[in-house]
Amino acid sequence: MTAAPALAPAADIAIDVHGLSKSFGGREVVHDLSMQVKRGTIYGFLGPNGSGKTTTIRMLCGLLTPDSGEGTCLGYDIRRDADKIKRQVGYMTQRFSLYQDLSVRENLEFVARLYGVRDARGTARDMIKRLGLNGREEQLAGNLSGGWKQRLALGACTLPNPQLLLLDEPTAGVDPKARRDFWNEIHALAADGLTVLVSTHYMDEAERCHEIAYIAYGHLLAHGTVDEVIATSDLSTWTVSGDGLNALATELAGKPGIDMVAPFGTSLHVSGRDRAAMEAAIAPYRDREGVRWQHGEPSLEDVFIELMTRATDNFQ
Amino acid sequence: MSVVPDHSRDARDPPFGFWRRSYAMVVKEFIQLRRDRVSFAMIVMIPVMQLLLFGFAINTTPRNLPTAVLLQEDSDLARSILKAMENTAYFRFTREVHTVQEFDDLLLSGKVLFGVEIPRGFERAVRRGDRPALLVAADATDPVAAGSAMSALGTVVQTALQHDLHIGDPASPPFEIRTHARYNPAASSRLNIVPGLVGTILTMTMLIFTALSVTREIERGTMESLLSMPITPVEVMLGKILPYVLVGFIQAILIIGIGVLLFGVPVYGSLTLLALLSTLFITTNLAIGYTFSTIAQNQLQAMQMSIMFFLPSILLSGFMFPFAGMPVWAQYIGEGLPLTHYLRIVRAIMLKGATLPNLQYDAVALLALMLLAMAIAVMRFRRTLD
Repeated sequence: MTAAPALAPAADIAIDVHGLSKSFGGREVVHDLSMQVKRGTIYGFLGPNGSGKTTTIRMLCGLLTPDSGEGTCLGYDIRRDADKIKRQVGYMTQRFSLYQDLSVRENLEFVARLYGVRDARGTARDMIKRLGLNGREEQLAGNLSGGWKQRLALGACTLPNPQLLLLDEPTAGVDPKARRDFWNEIHALAADGLTVLVSTHYMDEAERCHEIAYIAYGHLLAHGTVDEVIATSDLSTWTVSGDGLNALATELAGKPGIDMVAPFGTSLHVSGRDRAAMEAAIAPYRDREGVRWQHGEPSLEDVFIELMTRATDNFQ
Repeated sequence: MSVVPDHSRDARDPPFGFWRRSYAMVVKEFIQLRRDRVSFAMIVMIPVMQLLLFGFAINTTPRNLPTAVLLQEDSDLARSILKAMENTAYFRFTREVHTVQEFDDLLLSGKVLFGVEIPRGFERAVRRGDRPALLVAADATDPVAAGSAMSALGTVVQTALQHDLHIGDPASPPFEIRTHARYNPAASSRLNIVPGLVGTILTMTMLIFTALSVTREIERGTMESLLSMPITPVEVMLGKILPYVLVGFIQAILIIGIGVLLFGVPVYGSLTLLALLSTLFITTNLAIGYTFSTIAQNQLQAMQMSIMFFLPSILLSGFMFPFAGMPVWAQYIGEGLPLTHYLRIVRAIMLKGATLPNLQYDAVALLALMLLAMAIAVMRFRRTLD
């Protein structure tokens, strides 16, 4: 885990919150969460299902009131200035939440009018062109394919020229090509100075973020750049390849010093937090015939799975 | 090309398959019903409400009907006659007026159903054997309400004379009661029902239009997006209500048009006033429907609330049964329903030619109900997903 970044001038910080907590029906979904997001960065928000990502995003844009904690979003107080935040934040919900029974054009015009855009029709037309939705503007949003729906939703939340985008698992269920296009678009937006907070499950997407944060069971467990997160994990990983890996995996799992055994394609990742204990544990297997051991860097996924397992032990 | 069906054992229907599957469905439905509190409440509420209303509140030969007296002479005979009228239990004297204008206004606005006029010099005329007439004017827009009271008037003369036997000869009564059925002299129930239907149909359709509006956004997931955008609860409400004001207005024109053209119902009053107050009534119902929408958890609940509001509206507003014939508690509930006020308004304008001053009370009541509903809706509208 990296140390909290030094206090930057407020103008450079898009999101700055401290000690956010939120419970539903007595169950704490977000616990004492603090985070800072610099303007113009793409900030990846990772964590397993039900870890509190959506709840945190909703607290940031004023859709939920935190039980405790405070902070600012674009310089506005998240408790008092929800109305001002809403004017400058584009929020893309996890589930498609535009009107299925309105056409592409009608949905965009509706959003434009809500934000008081002067030429709603023209703005919508420009956005349709930009999204590559020409020829589909009269199609009902409900009849679009998953990838197009996602593009339309992104278009709708960038249309009022927000300063901050909150994207909640925007690429869930979208094909790889559409996902890549989507990320190119996000990078283009960030290059224009937009701040983007995006939650995701995909490791390749995490690696396309400038900074990431990992949250599990409502606790923020790690944050920083991808390299920082990997470097601070203290995880030592060996990659094993060869024959009889399934049997080897069963033998290794649960040995003291070995925290994680995970198959990756045709190889096996064996990781442990305590380097010495881990080396001792694998020593008897190092010379087994037909397998090759190689010391390697843990992948981001190794780090996350390990964080999650540890979180399960600590908080569940 | 044909596909040979697979007759392997697994593909065959298990024994009692029909009953097992039906049973699975029954169990599932019961579980869902038990979880749905409002449906559960409706199972109990609707029959109880209906029974109580029909059993206690509804009286097709209504008694204690509000009556005004225009007393131009304060004599013993006049008092005996009024007493005799009250003894029939059909009349209850609620107002005493001093001018013909006041007398007419009370009937016009529907505050009283009957008016009794005892003319100046009445007792002297009786003693002289002039057989003077005593005027009983009835608001006959609702023939059911007025009918039985009117027929009871025949006995009044006899009863009155029992106390004043020294006057005249019972065989040829010394005075007559002249009844005047105003507004609907032919006692056509159609004249009463058609304007009533305007209100009833509008209540039903308007409620349902808006009752689903907020719950639909929540159920389809569009509410989350809407709430994240800069729009206030009042703006959402106005946006949801205004289109249907137009829809309701068209509907009202349709019903009134058919009523006039097909059923020959007259419109004696001002069409502009009718349009204005109908718009107010439409908006009130839309606001109430919208309020349900902000309270209900889902579309089914919103529908159920509308039905539970609609039932008493029909029964206690004076649409199906005479309002004046209901017990006082039921009348109080009725005063809280927009339909009650609108029925008075629409009947008064169409059949009696009433003007705004006659209808002030009901118009203000409608306005108050509308503002109350809107205030509740705006307060209930959740701006967050908490």
